[in-house]
Amino acid sequence: MNWDFGFIQEYRTEFIDGFFLTLKVSLTALILSLIIGTIIAIFRISSNKALRAFGTSYVEFFRNTPLMVQVFFFYFGLASIGYKLTDFWIGVLGLSIYTAAFIAEIIRAGIQTVPHGQTEAARASGLSFLQTMFHVVLPQAFKLVVPPMCNQFINLVKNSSILSVIAAQDILYVGEQAISEYDPFSVELFVAALYLIITIPLSQGVNLLERRWAKQGTR
Amino acid sequence: MDFSKLLEGNTWGILLKGLWVTLEVAVVAIILSFLIGIVLGILRYSKIPVLSQLATLYIEIVRNIPLLVIIFFAFNTLLDKFDSLVVIVIFGMTVFTSALIAEIVRSGLNSIPIGQIEAARAQGMSYVQTLIHIILPQALKRMIPPLVGQFVTLIKDTSLAAAITLPELLHEAKLIYSNPSYVNATIPILLLVALIYFVVNYSLSLLSRQLEKRLAG
Repeated sequence: MNWDFGFIQEYRTEFIDGFFLTLKVSLTALILSLIIGTIIAIFRISSNKALRAFGTSYVEFFRNTPLMVQVFFFYFGLASIGYKLTDFWIGVLGLSIYTAAFIAEIIRAGIQTVPHGQTEAARASGLSFLQTMFHVVLPQAFKLVVPPMCNQFINLVKNSSILSVIAAQDILYVGEQAISEYDPFSVELFVAALYLIITIPLSQGVNLLERRWAKQGTR
Repeated sequence: MDFSKLLEGNTWGILLKGLWVTLEVAVVAIILSFLIGIVLGILRYSKIPVLSQLATLYIEIVRNIPLLVIIFFAFNTLLDKFDSLVVIVIFGMTVFTSALIAEIVRSGLNSIPIGQIEAARAQGMSYVQTLIHIILPQALKRMIPPLVGQFVTLIKDTSLAAAITLPELLHEAKLIYSNPSYVNATIPILLLVALIYFVVNYSLSLLSRQLEKRLAG
C-alpha cells in the first residue's frame, strides 16, 4: 500500500467547499424536516380521521422506501417532464421528505408519553388545542425528543453523501474526483475522517445528554 | 408521462430481476452482520479490557461514517481483488451493519436485570455459562424487532449500490428509463419501484410488529 496524501494540498479548496456544502445541505434539510415532521406528527394525533390517515400513510410510505429512490425522483423524474431543480435543492428536498417521516414519529412518541390527564386538564382550564400543545405538552416532551432528534441529524449528515450521486460537490464527490489521480485508500480514509469530524462530536454529545438526563430522571 | 410503458417490453421482468439481486444482497449481508454484530456486541458488553475497547472503537467509528462512503471505499480499493460487485457491496454493508447490530445486541444484553446474572453466578455458573444459558436466550427475544427493522434498512440501503452500478432494483429501473423511448415513463417507473420497495418493507414491518406483540405476551 502506498500512502499518498498529496491530494489534500491539491484539492484543498474543493474539500473545504465540499465540507461546507455537506453542512449546509444537512442543516437546511434539518430545518425543513423539523417543520414537515411536526406537521405530520400533529396530523397523526389529530382527532380528524382524514388528517390522521394522511399522517400515517406519509410516515409508513417514506419510512419504507429508500431515500435514493426519492432523490432519483426529484433528479430524473422531474427532468423527464421538463423541470430542473438545482442539485442543492434536489438533495435538500429528498433528505427533508425522507427524514420528516422519522422526525414525525419521534415527536409523536414524545407527545404521547405526556399523560393524557394533563391534556384534559389543560383543555378543561380553557386552553385551546394549540395552546395545550405549546404550553403543556411540548415542553415536557422536549427531553425525550432531543436525543433521538440529534441522532436524526447525524443520519442527515451521513445521508447527505447521496448528493455525490447527483454530482453535487459534497465531501464524497470531491473524494471521488481525487481518486482518479491518487491512492484510493488514502483518499477514502480522508473522506471518512471528514465525516467523522462532524458526526463523532454529535454522537458523543447525545450519549452525554442521555446519561445526564437518565440520572436526573426524565420528567 | 406515459404509464402504459409499464406494460410494454420486459419492464416487469427486468425489475423483478433487480429485486432478486436486492434481496440476495440484503439477506446475505444481514446474516453476516448478525454473526459479526453479536460477537462485537458481546465484546463491548463484556468489559474485557482491550477487546471491549476495540469493539467500542470499531462500532463508534463505523456507524458514524456514511454507508455510501464505505461502499465507495470498498469499491475503489477492493474491486481488483474480488472482481465482483455483489461481493463488494455485501462486504461494505456487512462492515456497516455489524456495527449497528452490535448496538442492538448490547442494549438487548443490558436489558436483562442484573439480579438474574447474580442469581446464576450464585448457583455456581461461570460467566460464559451465564451468558449462554441465561442472558443470551432472553436478550435474543428482545432483539428480534429491532433486527427486523435493521433488515428493512438494509433492503432500502441496497439502493445506494446503484451508484456503483450493482444491478439491483433501482439500478435496473434507471437502465430502463435511460432508454430514449422510455424517458417519458421515468416517473411511472420510479413510482412502481417505490411501490415495490414499500410492499416488501411494509410487510416486514407488519411482521415485526406482530412478533413484538407475541413476544411481549
